[in-house]
Amino acid sequence: MSVIYLVLPLAIVLAALGVWAFIRAARQGQFDDLETPAARMLPDDDPPEQAPRS
Amino acid sequence: MTPATAERETARAASAPTPPCAHCNLPVPAGLFEPGADRQFCCEACRTVYAVIHGCGLERYYALRDSLAEGSGGPARSTGAHYEEFDDDAFTRAFVRQRDARLLSAELFLEGVHCAACVWLVERLPRLVPGVAEARLDLGRSLVRVSWEPSRVRLSEIARALDRLGYAPHPARDARAREAARREDRRFLVRIAVAGAIAGNCMLLALALYSGMVSGIEAEFRQFFRWISLGLGLLSLAWPGRVFFRGAIASLVARAPRLDLPIAIGLAAAGIVGVVNVLRGEGDVYFDALTVLVFLLLSGRWLQHRQQRSAADAVELLYSLAPAWARLVTPDGTSRRVGAASLRPGDTVEVRAEETFPADGVVESGRTEIDASVLTGESRPVAVGPGDPVHAATTSLSGRVLVRVQAIGAETRVGRLMAGVEDAARRRAPIVALTDRIAGWFVLVVTTLAAITFALWVRHDPAKAMESALALLIVTCPCALGLATPLAITAAVGRASRRGILVKGGAALEHLARPGVMLLDKTGTVTQGRLAVVRWEGDADAIPLAAALESHSSHPVARAIVAHAGDADTPSASGVSQSLGAGVRGTVNGRLVEVGSVSFVADRPAWLVEAIARAVADALSPVVVAVDGRAVALAALGDPVRDDARASIDTLRADGWRVRLLSGDHPEVVRAVGRSLGLDERDCVGAATPEHKLRVVEHELSHGTVVVVGDGVNDAAALARATVGVAVSGGAEASLAAADAYLRTPGLAPIVELCRGSRRTVGVIRRNLGASLAYNAVAVALCMAGLISSLLAAVLMPLSSLTVVFLSYRSRTFGGGT
Repeated sequence: MSVIYLVLPLAIVLAALGVWAFIRAARQGQFDDLETPAARMLPDDDPPEQAPRS
Repeated sequence: MTPATAERETARAASAPTPPCAHCNLPVPAGLFEPGADRQFCCEACRTVYAVIHGCGLERYYALRDSLAEGSGGPARSTGAHYEEFDDDAFTRAFVRQRDARLLSAELFLEGVHCAACVWLVERLPRLVPGVAEARLDLGRSLVRVSWEPSRVRLSEIARALDRLGYAPHPARDARAREAARREDRRFLVRIAVAGAIAGNCMLLALALYSGMVSGIEAEFRQFFRWISLGLGLLSLAWPGRVFFRGAIASLVARAPRLDLPIAIGLAAAGIVGVVNVLRGEGDVYFDALTVLVFLLLSGRWLQHRQQRSAADAVELLYSLAPAWARLVTPDGTSRRVGAASLRPGDTVEVRAEETFPADGVVESGRTEIDASVLTGESRPVAVGPGDPVHAATTSLSGRVLVRVQAIGAETRVGRLMAGVEDAARRRAPIVALTDRIAGWFVLVVTTLAAITFALWVRHDPAKAMESALALLIVTCPCALGLATPLAITAAVGRASRRGILVKGGAALEHLARPGVMLLDKTGTVTQGRLAVVRWEGDADAIPLAAALESHSSHPVARAIVAHAGDADTPSASGVSQSLGAGVRGTVNGRLVEVGSVSFVADRPAWLVEAIARAVADALSPVVVAVDGRAVALAALGDPVRDDARASIDTLRADGWRVRLLSGDHPEVVRAVGRSLGLDERDCVGAATPEHKLRVVEHELSHGTVVVVGDGVNDAAALARATVGVAVSGGAEASLAAADAYLRTPGLAPIVELCRGSRRTVGVIRRNLGASLAYNAVAVALCMAGLISSLLAAVLMPLSSLTVVFLSYRSRTFGGGT
């Protein structure tokens, strides 16, 4: 059972990684607008040779 | 009223006579008009689609469409404006910022964006206008952020392109405030994320500990889990939970109890008990309950904050629509559009018919009549000529004038009124939410109960006494109580905004629930805010003749008469001459027709004198119609009372409100309107200046709740000072900024709905509070009996919170269902 001393901190580190990623995304403004991206995916993409979106 | 809305009103009035197509609302061509049919269609396709929609039982679509169209002001269309003012220096300084070395960027509000296709169209802008690097639309806020290369394209060209697409752009003010709000939102999210992750991990550990209680666990691992829980719990208190402690300290400093105080007490007690028990190696730890509590409370607050923000954003969009530009006359005599902010005293500006004056000044040349109702509440136009003063925010109705600017921005009369508004808003007592009022008692009761528990147990078992007393503080920590109000308000504000009622602050709902005094502005609120023919006395055959003549004029009296004639065939008039402020003269069907004021027509038979006296007694403006020099009819014009006004006011009074009229218009007119609504003479106050309105509000405030409903700049200070200010559709920018709620649909019926919805919302809040207090009573009983454990707390707390969530989202507050 002593493996728990390794696994538990590891689990918490993993959780912390997830939280860190979320905080980064939030600070970049990825959650500022929760409505438009859902609508943005609806129209088809243009054929790639014309003009790729930056 | 902004020119845009005025235009819309007239467009609506002009298209009203022919019944529109039942499907697409466009006018029906005369050839397809079916006399006697219930519904008219403009084409076969519309008839088919209508039949399909009906056949599938989807009639609600039409109701939905109509309610949306009211709000967004009709279908998107281009205005054809040139947007030269977007290239101004003053405009650039205010709205444009450097994005990087190459690109400039600006945020623009767009009218009429509402769906996925709009996102697609707007974001294709880089393809449509060379030089635009990027366009990103925020659908929820109708805000587009464009970046462009200044060397290749100018902002005015981009604006024109957007306008051609049907999305009229408007500069979005307060970029800094929006950025701050965005950062605040992000901090909120980060706190919730941290609290949520910690709560989840703590619950996993707690699960291990609870199962250990049942099936046994080695003391070594038990202590290890408790130490990890301790670390996570303290992190939760120190990072996301810090807001509650900060709020509690602020409420202690301000000596105003807030719900943060009992929450902080509970959290602190749980933290201390946890640390002590982990160090001792025995006793309960409450870290699972504590971390979940922090997470739930933060989530509830975030939901409420987001819902209210979106209502506030929608209002902000509305007042960005007000024009902020002027036609500056250059020394060579031509005029060009500039931003109103770049005007200087001494400049000369041109103001055309239907345009709003951008600044205070003196008329240099030209004559017009102005609609000053937004400033004064007076519904009748005032004639001005050279030498007369004019004020910013009023509208020129009939002619083109040149105005020498004397005061701009904050120096104008509107600017000074706005300063008064800010002052009034500062002096207004903050609305204390119901839960905050309970909070003070809550702290008192809970600490007393904890002391009693300690006293009861201390003689039997001193260790148990301390434990039970602290446990009581922890389990009564008002989680459900903290969620009760935010969730009920979030649900209600969301429903209300779908019904066209935008509520900026949830606490306003609590005040609208209890009847008090309601002060209604007359012009535009109770009445329609525009002139119409109320009575036509004499020869009805003269109506088309008068309308033919008046169709040459854009004067409000002329429009009223044309609207009165409806869609009857109007003959054409020739040789029309207008004399400003008096009347119109011309030839129709070979007969000389004159329409004008009483002094304009010389003929005065006895019946006419009587009719004029009757009109004056009813506070209506008489307009005489004469054919070939003989007076044949009298049109009595007034600002007609809205159809739903009487019924709505009766309902409000039946609900216990004392309804009063408060208007800047002539006392006779106000009394006449009051009489027709069944109001007592004492309750109709006329000739009220903004200062007078403020005094009335302050006087009424000493008796209780005061709700002010209004639309003009002259109401803004009163709106800001009142317990709750409600701005109505088409209101001036100042009144929108000062009010707590905004009604998108005109008329008084939404006010009734707002009051009734508020009452139901408060009912929901009360039920929520009842449920959470009942849970607390159970918890207190268990603690006093010494039966509480962390497991029981962990079960009871989410149960009470779930009850509150369920009650909030199940109940009907505004409108029927969701």
